[in-house]
Amino acid sequence: MASLVGSRVERKEDTRFLQGKGRYTADINIANQTYAVFVRSPHARAKIKSVDTSKALKSSGVVGVLTGKEIAEDKIGGLIAGWAIRSEDGSEMKVPANPPLAKDIANFVGEPIAVVFAETLDEAKEGAEKVKVDYKVLKAVVDPAEAMKSDAIHDGVEKNLCYDWLLGDRKAVDEAFAKADKIIKVDLINNRLVPNAMEPRACVVDYNIASEEITLYTTSQNPHLSRLVMSAFGGVAPENKLRVVAPDVGGGFGSKINVYNEEIVCSWASKKIERPIKWVAERTESFLTDTHGRDHVTHAELAVTNDGKFLGFKNETIANLGAYARVFGTVTPTYLFGPCATGVYVIPAAYSNVKAVYTNTAPVDAYRGAGRPEATYTIERLVEKAAMELGMDKTEIRMKNFPTQFPFKQTLVHTVDSGDYVAGLEKAKQMADYAGFESRRKQSEANGKLRGIGVSSYFEACGIAPSAAVMSLGCGVGLWESAEVRFNPTGQISVFTGAHSHGQSHDTTFAQIAADELGVPMENIDVVHGDTDKGTFGMGTYGSRSLTVGGIAIVNACKKIVAKGKRVAAKMLEVNEDEIEFKDGEFVALKSNKKKTIGEVAFACYLPGQRDEMKSPIPEGDEPGLIESSFFDPANFSFPAGSHICEVEIDPDTGNVKVEKYTAVDDFGRIVNPMIVEGQVHGGIAQGIGQALHENTQYDETGQLMTASYMDYTMPRADNFPEFNLGFTCTHATSNPLGVKGCGEAGAIASPPTVMNAVIDALGGQEISMPATAEKVWKACKSMKKSNAKAA
Amino acid sequence: MKSFNYHAPKDVKDASKLASSSSAFLAGGMTTIPSMKLGLANYKDIIDIKKIKKLSGIKVSGKSVTIGATTKHVEVATSKDVKKAIPALAKLAGNIGDAQVRNRGTIGGSISNNDPSACYPSACMALNAVIHTNKRKIDAEKFFTGMFETALKSGELVEAVEFQIPEKADYQKHPNPASRYAIIGVFVAKHKKDVNVAVTGAKSCVYIDKDLSKKLSSSFSASALEGMDVKSSGMNSDMHASAEYRANLVSLYAKKAVEAC
Repeated sequence: MASLVGSRVERKEDTRFLQGKGRYTADINIANQTYAVFVRSPHARAKIKSVDTSKALKSSGVVGVLTGKEIAEDKIGGLIAGWAIRSEDGSEMKVPANPPLAKDIANFVGEPIAVVFAETLDEAKEGAEKVKVDYKVLKAVVDPAEAMKSDAIHDGVEKNLCYDWLLGDRKAVDEAFAKADKIIKVDLINNRLVPNAMEPRACVVDYNIASEEITLYTTSQNPHLSRLVMSAFGGVAPENKLRVVAPDVGGGFGSKINVYNEEIVCSWASKKIERPIKWVAERTESFLTDTHGRDHVTHAELAVTNDGKFLGFKNETIANLGAYARVFGTVTPTYLFGPCATGVYVIPAAYSNVKAVYTNTAPVDAYRGAGRPEATYTIERLVEKAAMELGMDKTEIRMKNFPTQFPFKQTLVHTVDSGDYVAGLEKAKQMADYAGFESRRKQSEANGKLRGIGVSSYFEACGIAPSAAVMSLGCGVGLWESAEVRFNPTGQISVFTGAHSHGQSHDTTFAQIAADELGVPMENIDVVHGDTDKGTFGMGTYGSRSLTVGGIAIVNACKKIVAKGKRVAAKMLEVNEDEIEFKDGEFVALKSNKKKTIGEVAFACYLPGQRDEMKSPIPEGDEPGLIESSFFDPANFSFPAGSHICEVEIDPDTGNVKVEKYTAVDDFGRIVNPMIVEGQVHGGIAQGIGQALHENTQYDETGQLMTASYMDYTMPRADNFPEFNLGFTCTHATSNPLGVKGCGEAGAIASPPTVMNAVIDALGGQEISMPATAEKVWKACKSMKKSNAKAA
Repeated sequence: MKSFNYHAPKDVKDASKLASSSSAFLAGGMTTIPSMKLGLANYKDIIDIKKIKKLSGIKVSGKSVTIGATTKHVEVATSKDVKKAIPALAKLAGNIGDAQVRNRGTIGGSISNNDPSACYPSACMALNAVIHTNKRKIDAEKFFTGMFETALKSGELVEAVEFQIPEKADYQKHPNPASRYAIIGVFVAKHKKDVNVAVTGAKSCVYIDKDLSKKLSSSFSASALEGMDVKSSGMNSDMHASAEYRANLVSLYAKKAVEAC
């Protein structure tokens, strides 16, 4: 039987998605449901003097109004930070309480203060308008550097500093820098991004008065984790009385990892008002309250020799956490950032220092890549600048500093199991016709345009993650994944996974893997996820972990099925177990060539007997049934890597930047479904080009979000991209039996520096910040003209 | 959205009668409906004029193109008659917003709303359009009075826009990358006697750039605009573009439009 792993199997989920048959949270309606509308702070920082709900309660159709006072009285817990980070001086990070409904003070525009439930959505909106909140507006602080000099937003958090973290060795770095011929320096802003999942957040809560069980349908990337957090920290209900269902979810990108205020409030309130509740975010609410991404200010330096050898690296970064620390908020700028800041290079000495600061803006958390795009942007800007300042070819300087031996012990944390960085860059150069760039540049010049080429080589640590390793670094949970493979008596198979698909195509790839392991057609396999009542447990999907952790749990559970099947088949065929070979879905007795299919074995496991004879196919010590589960805890992170090359053409009259060519060569180890992987890379690059050229989240100095709709926030569109030219080098991972590496975030990690390096190359080395909008580029072109004129 | 009374009169007379200070005419609804949804506008009565047959359609005579108020952008963009008589007008309509907007939005709605970055007002100005209402005829230069302001009085309804057919014309826009409205849009029309350069997006209301128009009237070529410095004073400056950048784009796109004529 031909292997399904490695083939371009069409997506099983497309049948429902492309026919509009997907079932999203907003599609779910419960009889007798009420509609929730939240009253949100219009101020970035304001004391809440009083909340008057009397008029709202009398408003037509309103069935209840609840505020921060009631939720505090019921001792419902708040939102949490999932990772405890220590400062360089050993002190623990400072994390303020984040109540689901703000009671005394609001700390960002959009923070929920109260909630109104009504018979219809319009009545709920009308009611929400009648909730009177008396605010005392306070001075907000938006800029993180400013925040470090301002009054504390949260009591006891001096300088608004959550932590001042260090990874690496300052002394070794000083020594390395002392030996350098040249120090390359950059000052970078990693622009804040709004994740903009296509489906806004939503929840539907159904409280069962008889069983006292709460069912929460929600837009989550990790329903089991949501249940754990809501139960353990929220105190909403015990875990066995809380069912969390994340049905089809239309994109997350990290913004749906967190348990949010609305889910906690509606779950608690459904029990209180004894009615089902439905809440669906409007797009403006998504802009204001979904966790945002990035938002770093970085100074970084690279110590180099004249012949282009890297000696040392350091970065000083201020990371804007927003108003509160959320689930991955504190780890994104530290352990997901620092270890990758030295990039794919041998750099003997390095440190990464990050100050995480609270401001009166929406909380910042993981967003596709989470920390690694910021790290890659930092090192790849430095490397490109080093090449320029040393007069070296930008690929040569990279090759010169790549490790060639694997496993590669990276300077700060990771031991990279496998890779071939030289092969990746060579292939990218060839595919991009790197050698032919100069003639294309001249052609552009003849047309009055500026053409630039940019390179970025990256590695990233994903497939998160070994539990003992991450828990030693402060993670509140282990990051294993579970799977259960259930053979039904009639031969269909349900594969339960704790991973969650919100665009990742698990229905297809996981079925491919299980079908290969079990030797059955893919059509016989259903992948089941997203319901805490169906699967055992799961940590969810983020950090490119579904395949490298969740997929391996499936492989392991399948192997257990085959192992038991072998024992049963041996008994059925009356041979010893070691005489049985399992191949293409059949257990074959090697000597006699007698066979039992895996379907026959499964049937026998459930109907273990026969008429007229007392005889069981179940061996002694085994039990009937054919269900196996696995909890897989990886031995290491997964380390995808690659090199991307981009060419842009700039119109100096308008400053418009056109991405002319984009080549990506990635190493994702063994590839399960090339079509799906290409889709992941396309999406990641699109988001990265969005960050580099288009997307920018702007707050004014009072903390109002200026870019709170698609009229003002530029999402990249199809006509902003060329056809992407993709290639792969596949060095198998050694840390898992499939040899796979994560692929979901790589595109968004590699592409911003690739594009920016090309833009800056076209501008003759002139620094420009992201997003490189037309006006910024136009200004840079003007000053370039001036300095050229002077030189002439 | 707040509740309102919905009316769908069959003729202009009835529509006019229904109008009051708390009513709005509804054509494509591309601005009215989002404003109502966001709570920025509330009306007691919505008067849907799409069922009034005589308000829709395109007529071409020897000298002019007349477009009914409820004619959709897509209809103008794809009209063979418009493409033949004033190709620049079809081009402009074909680049408004996105496909959804072009299939709902109407010319009457666009000019009555007079968004400072809408495309159509520049065509009206450059093509010496006459706005036909149920009460009178208004010259374009008197119709657009300020930001989101027009000469329309309460109950007055645009019935059609009559554009003068020029010898040559072109429209060039620098779209806002987010909304794809015009950061600036320049409509250049060469008529028998003179040239009009109308600019949208740059200021609080569409206007004719007199200096550029005069220059092109004496010499209709892009090179004639070389060295012409468009002043940035009075131009919009916002997070999408500074006044200085807009001024640069006005002269640049005027040249592009002349080149494309």
